[in-house]
Amino acid sequence: MSLPATVAELVREFRAGARIVIVGASLAGLRAAETLREEGFTGSLTIIGDEPYEPYDRPPLSKQVLKGWVPADHTKLPRTREVNADWRLGVAAVGLDRITKRVRLADGEQVPYDRLLIATGTRARQWPNPAEAALEGVHTIRSRDDAAELQKELAESPSRVVVIGAGFIGSEVASVCRELDIPVTVVERGPAPLVGALGGVIGEIAAQMQRDHGVDLRCGLGVSSLEGDSGGHVRRAHLSDGTVVDADVVVASLGSIRNVEWLEGSGLAAGVWGVGCDAGGRAFDINGVVTDSIFVAGDVARAPHVLYEYQFLAMEHWDNAVLGAEVAAHNMVNLEPNYRPHLLLPGFWSGQFGVNIKSVGVPPFGDEIVFTQGSVADRSFAAAYGHRGRIVAAVTFDHGKWLEYYGKLIERSGPFPPPPSGWDQPADTKPVPAEFPDPRVPTAIPDVVLTGHAPSERTAEFRPRRH
Amino acid sequence: MVEETPWQQALRYANRANPYPFYEELRKTPVARQPDGTYVVSTYREIVTLLHDPRVSSDPRKCPAPAAARAEGSAEPAAEPIREVLTAPNIITCDPPEHDRDRRMMMPHFVGPPHAPHLISDLEPDIRRIVGGLLDDMRGRTRIDAVDDFAYPLPVTVICKVLGVPMEDEPRFHHWVETALDALDFGPEAASEEIRSRQAGGRQAVQEFAQFADELLDRYAQQPGPGMLSALANDNGPEGRMSKDVLASNALLLIFAGHETTVNLIAHSVLTLLRHPDALEKLRSRPELIVPAVEELLRFESSVQFWHTRSALEDIDIAGTTIPKGAPIFLAYGSANRDPERFTDPDELDFERPDNQHLGFSQGIHFCFGAPLARLEVQVAVGEFVRRVENPRLVEDPPPYRHNQIFRGPRHVLVDIDGIRD
Repeated sequence: MSLPATVAELVREFRAGARIVIVGASLAGLRAAETLREEGFTGSLTIIGDEPYEPYDRPPLSKQVLKGWVPADHTKLPRTREVNADWRLGVAAVGLDRITKRVRLADGEQVPYDRLLIATGTRARQWPNPAEAALEGVHTIRSRDDAAELQKELAESPSRVVVIGAGFIGSEVASVCRELDIPVTVVERGPAPLVGALGGVIGEIAAQMQRDHGVDLRCGLGVSSLEGDSGGHVRRAHLSDGTVVDADVVVASLGSIRNVEWLEGSGLAAGVWGVGCDAGGRAFDINGVVTDSIFVAGDVARAPHVLYEYQFLAMEHWDNAVLGAEVAAHNMVNLEPNYRPHLLLPGFWSGQFGVNIKSVGVPPFGDEIVFTQGSVADRSFAAAYGHRGRIVAAVTFDHGKWLEYYGKLIERSGPFPPPPSGWDQPADTKPVPAEFPDPRVPTAIPDVVLTGHAPSERTAEFRPRRH
Repeated sequence: MVEETPWQQALRYANRANPYPFYEELRKTPVARQPDGTYVVSTYREIVTLLHDPRVSSDPRKCPAPAAARAEGSAEPAAEPIREVLTAPNIITCDPPEHDRDRRMMMPHFVGPPHAPHLISDLEPDIRRIVGGLLDDMRGRTRIDAVDDFAYPLPVTVICKVLGVPMEDEPRFHHWVETALDALDFGPEAASEEIRSRQAGGRQAVQEFAQFADELLDRYAQQPGPGMLSALANDNGPEGRMSKDVLASNALLLIFAGHETTVNLIAHSVLTLLRHPDALEKLRSRPELIVPAVEELLRFESSVQFWHTRSALEDIDIAGTTIPKGAPIFLAYGSANRDPERFTDPDELDFERPDNQHLGFSQGIHFCFGAPLARLEVQVAVGEFVRRVENPRLVEDPPPYRHNQIFRGPRHVLVDIDGIRD
């Protein structure tokens, strides 16, 4: 048998008889499972998830679900095909042994694998004081249950809601509160809402939008403590300027934490920014050597991106979960040269205060911004972000149909500022500083982030030179 | 005599039934300058790029095309009675921010969400009743015309109801539309005696049509009635009311586009299915395929073959050429939908074609306003035709075509049938 024939036979046998384990039963895990079957994988497939539910869709949780339009349990993700998997739901993975190739579960079981996909995603950062976080009425939103509980309390017309942190989740919650005619105070440590993701210029527009909708927005402030009543229900928030806000619902929207703790000791390049992998989803070990049997996808993955100077990029975006999972799954059951890269132009959307906000590219990679179409006053516009004379991202408010144009410019490393529009030009078309905060400011962490190596985390094995 | 370009040949009436060989030739130069200075874009990628480029205008008032063409001393400029008469812009012939505002004002009275999300889907019982009636009427006959007996009556009845246009006026505006369309020609035959002789009539037809819309809107302004036009004439939304001339121009657009294109799509669908017995059989045995089938039919025989009002507001570099500022741009959707670079085996009819993002409804901000209604109408009509008509056979292939190049469609599609199922 010729060598290529032997390799082809190997792939066939692997697809027929291998064991694949996916840790993480959300969007990325599900789409990976479907892709594996689509690719002809007929071996055993195990999907492990710490939540008790079948995969569901998270974006509606902070929008339609909170508004009460869609019940939290009506968010189940549609299936693209049968996956015929062994689902282990409601039990978390707690450890990984790469020598024996086993995943350890919280109930003590060990699940062996030939190929492993890490898709454990992120969780909500909790309010840091555990006693205060445990007060009734204090919420975070990440899961179906979180959203269901918060929705119930919002439906009971609370006297006031305090939202801590004005990133996308916090801003969306504030928007829902106003739609439900609930008084809401938003406390943001940075200078404006959305500054981490979109910078200070857009942040200022978002701030005005919130105030126009009756949000009591307090920027440049923190919440120092939450105070409960004798029944253990939150009643007020103490702000860092000494003011006190009475409220019976508090939403801590403080960003997310990547679920990597279970990988401790595994020797993988896992850390605060996620699990490092190549553009094909193959995980790196702590020495920066690529593994052959472990893959990463979704929010927890960080991979070098050709458009952004090969810096490692971590994207907490819906399409990154879908497309990253599809690429990783394809590569799990193929061999070189049939590997595919996951080269996604990042993109996200948000709906708040009646405005559809969308973005492509990596806005925080830019240092300048220019308005290119529409009207800032009407909050209906497109703007482009630039870095060293090239366009690296764009954002639109109610102008989503134009994103494709900017996406193409970004892919081609088009010039910044981009050529002016032929009509509907904004009043001011001069580039200005985009005003991104230092990414180390805690609540300013954008949901797409360039992830340099953390210097405190030096566990690689350096080898002595031998001459 | 100078040899005609593939585009000019594609526009000749003799090639109306099958312009595709000329499109194939045309695509060898994705952005092809024509002798009159027009740039014809025929490939999928380039069309999509231009549809999303904010340096491209859809407003013919910004395009000095005819003058440029005259200066060139080439063929006489194409006759365009519709452009001459309609001075006020409608949503298909204007740019943002006016376009965005007008479309935003029209939207709640049509596709609805979030204001009236069921506006279109609630029409389904009516559509099924009309289609059922048309098929019932064919009982006892052995030969039908899929255009006059089937494709035409449905969309016109539905659009009259949606807009609030009295159905008894249908013969009048049907005549105006046909007369105007027959006088509109962008090809080498525009200068012919025959087309020239139609122009005065076409111009007058558009004038009468415009006056009809004007009077209708006046009536609704005094006495509100059912339908979208009355709602727009009396709208007191946050952005105010549309000016009367703009509203009249949009009313004409909606009356016209709301049925003309759908008629062609239904007629072409029947014709295409009868030319592809395997596809017809597949749809008969798997009726749930009607949704992707209609998308494939939109790709296969596009109801809007090209669009002619765009122009470059700046020099635009594309596909190795530069469209100069001020040049008219024609986007040839019918060709892009058969572009092998985008669609594998583009001349095959495949109801299970993956990733079928055709340009049958265009893309970008001018994406077909009526698409949700057209989809529903054609899904029901074609689905029921396939289910109920026994042993349909094409009598004449190719059938006779209507003159118009943009709104390309058969004038008649004669079909022999064995009967009508229940």
